[in-house]
Amino acid sequence: MKIAVCIKQVPDSWAEKKMGNDQRLDRASVDAVLNDLDEYAIESALALVEAHSPTGEVGETSGHSITVISMGPERATESLRKALSMGADDAILINDDALAGSDALTTSKVLAEVITDGGYDLVLCGTESTDARMSVIPAMLAERLGFAQLTFAGKVALNGSTINISRQTEFGVEEMSADLPAIISVVEKINEPRYPSFKGIMASKKKPLVRKSLHDIGLSAAEVGSSAAWSTVKDSLPRPPRGVGAKIIDDGNGGSQLVSFLAERKLI
Amino acid sequence: MSSVLILVDSVSGKVSKSTAEIATFGRRVGTVIAVVCSSDAALIVPQLAEFAIDRTITCTGVEFEKFSTGAVAAALAALVTKEAPAAVLIASSARGKEIAGRLAVRINSGIITDAIDVDSELITTQSVFGGSTTVHAVVTHGTPVITIRGNAIEAFRSSSGTNAPVHEDFSMSYDGAGGADRSAVLSVAPAVKGGRPELTEASMIVSGGKGTDGNFAPVEALADALGAAVGASRAATDAGWYPHSFQVGQTGKTVSPQLYIAAGISGAIQHRAGMQTSKTIVAINKDPEAPIFDVADFGIVGDLFTVLAQASAGVIAKKS
Repeated sequence: MKIAVCIKQVPDSWAEKKMGNDQRLDRASVDAVLNDLDEYAIESALALVEAHSPTGEVGETSGHSITVISMGPERATESLRKALSMGADDAILINDDALAGSDALTTSKVLAEVITDGGYDLVLCGTESTDARMSVIPAMLAERLGFAQLTFAGKVALNGSTINISRQTEFGVEEMSADLPAIISVVEKINEPRYPSFKGIMASKKKPLVRKSLHDIGLSAAEVGSSAAWSTVKDSLPRPPRGVGAKIIDDGNGGSQLVSFLAERKLI
Repeated sequence: MSSVLILVDSVSGKVSKSTAEIATFGRRVGTVIAVVCSSDAALIVPQLAEFAIDRTITCTGVEFEKFSTGAVAAALAALVTKEAPAAVLIASSARGKEIAGRLAVRINSGIITDAIDVDSELITTQSVFGGSTTVHAVVTHGTPVITIRGNAIEAFRSSSGTNAPVHEDFSMSYDGAGGADRSAVLSVAPAVKGGRPELTEASMIVSGGKGTDGNFAPVEALADALGAAVGASRAATDAGWYPHSFQVGQTGKTVSPQLYIAAGISGAIQHRAGMQTSKTIVAINKDPEAPIFDVADFGIVGDLFTVLAQASAGVIAKKS
């Protein structure tokens, strides 16, 4: 089985983010890290292969492969290397200056081209990136690729060519199944992503990391980037700070004062 | 006059509050056409009479429950061709955003998610980066696909129910990407709701964090006294004290209720990102320096167990 995991490098989710003068997220002033939520997708891929490997290990002897794919600038190789050090087999970076400012429609188009080209059976994603937080890429990929869509999985298991997941929705806990090829997004808490071992970090340096340009994937500069983005930011402004309200020290009456406050605001 | 398509969202035949809200936004732009894609259509359509809806369309010929969100996206795409609306508005639930994403791909149009306001010119307002920045954006290509967060507007409801929209059926077919888009739901274990409102729809939320030390009973007690939903910080869900699906924050749910009470939550950016656009914020924390107090309209420095117990009793007394 060929597994692809789509990942994104994002500004550290614990850092304060702000807009740059070009009305895009200022990425230069904050540390860049592998999107937290993508680590669960990488771990899921590793666990699936381990469960179906004769040696119980990932890598060539497993008979399966895991490719991590990212669209981003050169420094996104740091996140791809991290995934490789966790145990993925190889990596693809789609990097082209023309891609800057692309919207989700373009990102999904680029990823779909690479996934089709690689002939993957299973695509794993996190549920969203912690910067844009649109949460639409897995569904857009399913639409473009014509793959079965199993999103927000809290458990994933493979039986032959059937994927089973369980997920929590507003309807309850759903057990679902689909035949490969399929696209899965996994929720946080599906697993505990492993830390790269020293051996893994050393090995990752020798693993293949292929860089692709737009030309390599058969798209033109006119189809991508900010000029082809079909939504545009008119303006942005920092939210005015909330006026800091009253702060009291509980003297044994704090709960009652809270009730009075709620009544004053007509909340009860 | 231009029209707007809105997708009706329902759970077990009950139309969700978000549907009334997106209809209210739709009215700003033009005639509102509500689209029903559900086997519960017969239950759903009568409920739409009291909303700001002019026409209702039930999509027939497809068992929507047998497919992923692809079938609903296909239905909306067909109706975009038929009705040529000015925009498609969908609630910003996980499922709503998936449908919106697939629809945007299908109809080759721009998409904006998680709007908190949409004006008559379809200019959207979004609150991004954890509520620290307000963005105005607009779709520049195709038929705008816009998802709107819950609680963003006071929904219009006709008290007399005289709104009675015109109803029609729309017969369609969907082959599920040549059969590939089939994901069978093998079983559904109904959610144990305990009568509390859904987190993202709730107008009031009481959340607990590290300070609860795993004891959520007082948090739940105040929530029940208020008729509020229960939330939790990442520290609390990571510790296994409360299910992950209740997590509010950067990597959890984003909420914007009328009232948000944070008990024993320090207020790291991770948490504030999910709740700081709430209308009124109350914080209870032992640490007077906790950053949650920076966004609170009313802060109490003290022990959450005594404060919550007293507040619950006070709310119950006031209501009775």
